[in-house]
Formats: sequence, structure tokens, C-alpha cells
Amino acid sequence: MTTKTDDELWSVIADPSRRRVLDLLVTNGEASAWSLAGLVPFSRQAVSKHLVVLEGADFVRRRKQGREVLYRVEPERVHQATRAMAELATQWDRRLDSIKRLAEAAHAEAKNHASTTKENE
Amino acid sequence: MAGLVIAREILIEAPVQLVWRTITEPDQMSLWFADRVDLVAEPGAHGSMHFGDQGDPVVVEIVDPPTRFSFRWNHPEDEEPTAGNSMLVEFTLTPEGDERTRLRVTESGHELRDWPDAEKQRYTDEHLGGWAEFLERLVTLLAER
Repeated sequence: MTTKTDDELWSVIADPSRRRVLDLLVTNGEASAWSLAGLVPFSRQAVSKHLVVLEGADFVRRRKQGREVLYRVEPERVHQATRAMAELATQWDRRLDSIKRLAEAAHAEAKNHASTTKENE
Repeated sequence: MAGLVIAREILIEAPVQLVWRTITEPDQMSLWFADRVDLVAEPGAHGSMHFGDQGDPVVVEIVDPPTRFSFRWNHPEDEEPTAGNSMLVEFTLTPEGDERTRLRVTESGHELRDWPDAEKQRYTDEHLGGWAEFLERLVTLLAER
């Protein structure tokens, strides 16, 4: 089952632009909204908004250095997201496996029944 | 922004009608989904899935036998499920001959159902692969740092 936390997680990383920002922070290490804006095809305001959402979901941490605000990725949160995604995939694989077993067993039974009925005719 | 979470599929050696019954009949659903399922496969029907002592509300969306079945769950009990507060689970059944069925399931946080199938497929391929790969890539990069 998914939890509310998972839902938040998915909506945060569902946005491709936000993923791009997160990706750049991982690749380049700590950076400011200004320096990130130079690397993406959208405005610094948009970058700042994405950073606020990412920070709200604990994907990034901020700190002040002089007049600059620097952002860096929270690695444990990324690992957590990866594990949650894998877990959800595993749950559905288990359910699909069960559906397959049930349907195939019922099908085999129906075929058996049909051939037995035929023999008895 | 549509938030597709997961898409999985499986090939089943059984006719599509039989697979349809397995995924939509409550007594069958209780064998693969929850401990107990109170649900009628009719559009708009409200029901519940019970996991142990916990009951979760479910609302059926699309019932298009024998190829499409979807429901919403994980929404607050006192609210109607909408795109914003619930997860949409959608099953797509595709017959491959008389005795074989491809079953696909997607779970998404936002609307995908109004999209044309080709668009949906493209989105799923691009973004789902994209998501898993994206997260794996981040983990790899973080490990290298």
C-alpha cells in the first residue's frame, strides 16, 4: 500500500523540471539558485520555486554563506524514494503473479472439466 | 503534471474473460489484493478493502468488460476521491489469441485516463522508465561522491 508520504514523494519528483534541478544538485554538488538558473532553460524564479518544493519534501537542505543561499541534496531522502518506488513495484508484481496463478488454475480446471464432460458424453 | 507512479505487466495463459473475472469479482479480489474486499464492479460504486483490521475506502471508476477496470483508493475516508487526493489504479487487459491475456496495471497520482491510449503509452514509456532510471542515476552519483 502507498502512504500519504509516498504520494507527496511522487508529486514532488513527477515534475520533469524539478527532477532536472535535483539532478543538477547531485551532479554539481552545492549550488545557489542563481548558478543553477544558468544551467537550465527556465527562469531563476522557477528554479527557486522548485527548490522550495524540494526543500519542503526534505530532498534538499539550504544554508546561508555570506549573502548567498546554497542548496545541497539530502542523499538519504533520495535513497528512501528509490526504496519506496522499488517496494511499490514489488507489491504490484506480487499481485500480478497471484492473478496469473488464479486465472491459469481456473483455466486449467475449466479445460479439464470440459474434457471430462466430453469423455462422459 | 500527471504523476504516474508505477506500471507493471504480466502475460497470463488464460482467456481474457477469465482474467477479467479474477480481477473484478470480490471473492477473487480477496485472494490477490486484500484480506477482504467489499466492492461491486460498477462505475461509481463505493466499497472497501480490508487489510487486517484496517478498512480502506475504494471507489470504482471505469468498468469496461473485459478490457478496462479502474478504481481510486488511498483517499481520506470523509472525502470523495478526486485526482488530487487519491491514487488511481487502472487495469488494461489485452487478449493475445483465445487463451492468452496481457494484463497491465498502472498506479498514478493524477489523471491519465482522459488521454488517448497512444499518448498514455508514450508518457508511461518515457516517464516511468525515466523515473526509475532517474532515481537509480542519483543513487549511483551520490555513491561516487
